[in-house]
Amino acid sequence: MKARVTVRLKSGVLDPQGLTIQKSLRSLGYEEVAAVRQGKVFEIEMADGAEAVARQRLDEMCRRLLANPVVEEYQIEWVG
Amino acid sequence: MSGRITAARIGVVVFPGSNCDHDAYHVVKHVLGSGATFVWHKETELPPLAAVILPGGFAYGDYLRAGAMAARSPVMGAVRSFAAAGGPVLGICNGFQVLVESGLLPGALLRNRGLKFIHQPVHLKVENGTSRFTSRCRSDRPLRMPISHAEGNYHADEETLNRLEGEGRVAFRYCDSRGRITDEANVNGSQRAIAGILNEAGNVLGLMPHPDRAAEAELGSDDGRAVFESLLESLEGRG
Repeated sequence: MKARVTVRLKSGVLDPQGLTIQKSLRSLGYEEVAAVRQGKVFEIEMADGAEAVARQRLDEMCRRLLANPVVEEYQIEWVG
Repeated sequence: MSGRITAARIGVVVFPGSNCDHDAYHVVKHVLGSGATFVWHKETELPPLAAVILPGGFAYGDYLRAGAMAARSPVMGAVRSFAAAGGPVLGICNGFQVLVESGLLPGALLRNRGLKFIHQPVHLKVENGTSRFTSRCRSDRPLRMPISHAEGNYHADEETLNRLEGEGRVAFRYCDSRGRITDEANVNGSQRAIAGILNEAGNVLGLMPHPDRAAEAELGSDDGRAVFESLLESLEGRG
């Protein structure tokens, strides 16, 4: 089982990297880019087992290490 | 251990990637003549110590988030217990990042507003001059010491910020040379220009500026020495 965990800054938190990337894209001519938020992606290979348990464990991993709950939110999806 | 531990023995935690551990050790031991020892990050218990310093650097290469790995290293369990029992803990720069990641201080330290690593002297307004880390800080003019970080942009929700201010837990703010809090002087974009905060009990201080790099006149400023002197004085008072 493989999970993809996406971590990004919460919507109210200023993302200077995303803003700078947006400006750079616009300077390349992509003026339609209204906003960019940068995040991190983790691909996590889990030993086979019950999906519900694995999801619960991944959720715990996100809260304890992968994301900083003060400023970040996360999303877990199965990719294989 | 030797059994000859003096009350003023300060432990400087060394993580892989710490690079100001010797600066802190030097100030405590050679500038102020107190006891100092290094504590390796793999230790699960602390030797008898009067205070703990989490030094500046790039612990674990700042992987994932600055301070994230260090906050979950074995020694931090012992540091957490030490702090819970009232032991003083001083986190400088990366050490402040470790403290917020470990939950010992509230909020988070984000990428600087201008995205760049900033290494320059800054001025600091002492907002709480009665804490055990600031009681000896001069009040006639702002302190001057360097910052050296890419992630020092202090962030917390409004409720937390109000609470920090209301409880006198904002220890330092960035200011200009005349002590005015201006947007320009707030070089990393920290909310409410916060440069250093205390925990609820007042025994944990984290700050982004480097008092360890400004503790001797030869280094351009010795304003930072007062932070260490305050701490040592508070230890004498409590034996």
